[in-house]
Amino acid sequence: MSIDKKIIVGLEIHVQLATKTKMFCGCELVFAGEPNSRVCPVCLGLPGSLPVMNRQAVEFSILTSTALNCKVAEFTKWDRKSYYYPDLPKNYQISQYDLPIGSNGYIEIPLGKGQSKKIRIRRAHLEEDAGKNIHSGSFSQVDLNRAGTPLLEIVTEPDMNTAEEVKLLAIELQRIVRFLGVSEADMQKGHMRFEPNVNLHITKDGQVFKTPISEVKNLNSFKALEKSVAYEAQRQFDDFNETGKCMQSGNKKTFGWDDVREATVLQREKEEAHDYRYFPDPDLVPVVVDEKWLGEIKTRLCELPLNMEARFVSDYGLSEYDASVLTADRETAEYFDSAVKAGGEPKRICNLVTQTGLKIANEKGCSVAQLGIEPNRLAELVKMIDAGQIGATAAVTLFTEMMQSKDLPLQIAERLNLIQKSDAGELEKIVDEVLAANAQAVADAKSDGKKSKKSVGFLMGQVMQKTKGTANPQVVSKILEAKLKA
Amino acid sequence: MNEEILKLNCNQLREKIRKGEIKSVEAVQTVFTQIERCEAKIGAFLSTFKDESLKKAAEVDAKIANGENVGALAGVPVAVKDNMCTTFGATTCGSKILENFHSPYNATVIEKLLAADAVIVGKTNLDEFAMGSSTENSGLKKTLNPWDLSRVPGGSSGGSAAAVAGQMCFASLGSDTGGSIRQPASFCGLVGLKPTYGRVSRYGLVAYGSSLDQIGPFAKNAADCALMLNVIAGHDEKDSTSVDEKTAALNDYLVNIEKHIEGLKIAVVPQLFEGADSEVVAAVKNAIEIYKKLGAQIVEIQMPYFEYSIAAYYLIATAEASSNLARYDGVHYGYRTKNPSDYIEVYSKSRAEALGSEVKRRIMLGTYALSSGYYDAYYLKALKVRNLIRSDFTAAFQKADCIMMPTSPTTAFKVGEKTADPLQMYLSDVYTIAVNLAGVPAVSIPCGFDNKNLPIGLQIIGSNFTEEKLLRIAKMFETQTEYHNRKPQL
Repeated sequence: MSIDKKIIVGLEIHVQLATKTKMFCGCELVFAGEPNSRVCPVCLGLPGSLPVMNRQAVEFSILTSTALNCKVAEFTKWDRKSYYYPDLPKNYQISQYDLPIGSNGYIEIPLGKGQSKKIRIRRAHLEEDAGKNIHSGSFSQVDLNRAGTPLLEIVTEPDMNTAEEVKLLAIELQRIVRFLGVSEADMQKGHMRFEPNVNLHITKDGQVFKTPISEVKNLNSFKALEKSVAYEAQRQFDDFNETGKCMQSGNKKTFGWDDVREATVLQREKEEAHDYRYFPDPDLVPVVVDEKWLGEIKTRLCELPLNMEARFVSDYGLSEYDASVLTADRETAEYFDSAVKAGGEPKRICNLVTQTGLKIANEKGCSVAQLGIEPNRLAELVKMIDAGQIGATAAVTLFTEMMQSKDLPLQIAERLNLIQKSDAGELEKIVDEVLAANAQAVADAKSDGKKSKKSVGFLMGQVMQKTKGTANPQVVSKILEAKLKA
Repeated sequence: MNEEILKLNCNQLREKIRKGEIKSVEAVQTVFTQIERCEAKIGAFLSTFKDESLKKAAEVDAKIANGENVGALAGVPVAVKDNMCTTFGATTCGSKILENFHSPYNATVIEKLLAADAVIVGKTNLDEFAMGSSTENSGLKKTLNPWDLSRVPGGSSGGSAAAVAGQMCFASLGSDTGGSIRQPASFCGLVGLKPTYGRVSRYGLVAYGSSLDQIGPFAKNAADCALMLNVIAGHDEKDSTSVDEKTAALNDYLVNIEKHIEGLKIAVVPQLFEGADSEVVAAVKNAIEIYKKLGAQIVEIQMPYFEYSIAAYYLIATAEASSNLARYDGVHYGYRTKNPSDYIEVYSKSRAEALGSEVKRRIMLGTYALSSGYYDAYYLKALKVRNLIRSDFTAAFQKADCIMMPTSPTTAFKVGEKTADPLQMYLSDVYTIAVNLAGVPAVSIPCGFDNKNLPIGLQIIGSNFTEEKLLRIAKMFETQTEYHNRKPQL
């Protein structure tokens, strides 16, 4: 008997857009705050209030749809989705039913070693978020601060076949929306929420069996997403082996995720026959996306992270690891790219950015680009290293100094006496002085004994000390070697 | 009480107040004396604001005395239907579910009235959530017709009509989803205007059928209607469906009101006279004759889809209502059932206990029309019919400036006469509903009285944004007749 299983996963992702105000009212979009403090008649759904579309949210959605290779609807509208729940003040949610802003696109996810996979995007539509129910004992309270927050719901086709692919898609999407500046995509703040639909195609003795689909609701970390998919795949496989149950209409199940037990928890046995009674919202006018507007929005597109990452590897010769670190956010990626384009050697720039720069930036809580060193000055710094004008240690010192001063790195280096001494004549004099002053070490160095290597290092150090670290170590090393052999 | 003040119309009163000949305080006091005298019989108001009104009136009087600029309705006592949100008093919509609801904000029209220095003396009764044609569906109060206290004032804005007819204010605001301004205007002998959809902001008007609802004035004559429209019309960025003034310019509706429309062409639809009472038909035909004498030309037209308007309306309006009224759930504000056993019961019992039967009927009808499997056959079909009705109007306005027909097939009917048969009640809106489906403006003016001395209304329908022309046409009739000046004996 041969048995083979393939995991099939499609994903729904809710991305919170980083607009200034809520989707249909003027309330500022701010995280947290006293319950029900960031509300107005519109997001409270008070009698007589009317929604007004947030144009920025629509533009962010169009931009994201474009980046996800979707067809952008020329004509779209708002629909009411009706259901009763205490956190939904109007008892309908304003959403988009049959005319989503984006449709039929794809996202490429990196599989490593330069490989990528296309996952098709079915649709991307804009809607308003609900509030939050807070349960405490025998009663519940409702906080509507979040009500009316713009959410872009992105739905993929079931094109993912491993839990890792699902996680990679989520990470890639996070990187894309951050690059586009349409979402902070902060997982801790619930800016991205995932709902995977999972089932298995099991091939047993040449016959294919499809297991019932599970939907796991409301996951808000990459870890929970990956683990829940893996868990469901295994659970379904075990269940199939035990019961032989296959997918039928109506036997989709809904699960939650228990983070502590790391297991899915059944919420609804049978998919309820939801009738949301969608109909066009008569309070809002349809949205016409003409070419002029679309063109204007498209000018805000940027090179996408995956492409940039690949280019850094192929054109700049960086390792995949370095390229991925640099492309974690758009500002750093573009900063690096500009410095390279200003003539700096890519690997050296990469080192300065990812080692020195990111460390300082993290401490300061800003990005490398915000440290005060313009890309062209960074390139100048790197050129100095290449030319042997400064050494590695001095380069770090210079980098730190450049954050305070707008001067060219050469000027700063001269002022601080950081320029490397490579003049053989000058250095020979210093070497002679050191040799004269350290007879024992010279003797040890010349011997074949254990102490030889250590003593050469000591003499080298003495030269560096005398020159305050500015002696070109290669030049000193050559002189020293020649003198000790003599 | 100063009887002379009550006889004045809005335009006259505001002139006298502005000139200092009458103090606003006097006018307000007079109005409240009249309210104290008649309100117990008529029941027009759900709330009145005597102290606040006198205070506001004194402020206006002081401004005038100081020579300061004042608004277009300075010191004029007006009333508003209780489905417009106000920060003062409750906003009940005539429903037990909102009986104690106090809005934290003012509707845009309220802001505009206040900015025009009007004195809002009270909020008027209505059919619950504006669903009805007689005001008998109010969950809070009975309102009777000042012309005959055994009869209904019409609805749903029956309180606003009865308040003006009962001389308890000088003008009022109503809302019209299927005839709710025009039909009570007709029943109460007033001029009532439903503006073009989008002309007046709906922000703060508690929604019934959002794509049909429109706020408009009740007044004693066409010029007063024009004055009120001047105050309330205009684009509102808070209402996406209110029309941009670049698309449809605002007029001063009052400035040319006296000017007759030269070469006026009136369309009539002969088939539509068939369903109305003979006295109504006679009065409307007589009115058309008067226009003829003023030089108007009559064009007979057909409107083949007009008869489907009630069917389409009761799907579209109820579908929207089923969604608009979902928020009255006992969770966030308004009436909540006592001791629910779970959160589902908070919804089901609160709604069951506090909503009236007509509201429930329409919510169920609309829910059904939007349900999966029925949507195409009902809601979508109704939208298609709506488009055909619109095309009927478009065709009509290519041939004429306006269409004239009765506002209602009957004069005011007896209290209780139609409450047992909802369909009969629905049919009383047979002439008004198509206008809301098409979105066009229409005015009802008094054009005669039947043998019981009950007012008869003439409906004049115009194309989009022709309120200025409609009111001038209405005014032409007033120059030839005295019907608008008659007052009920109270």
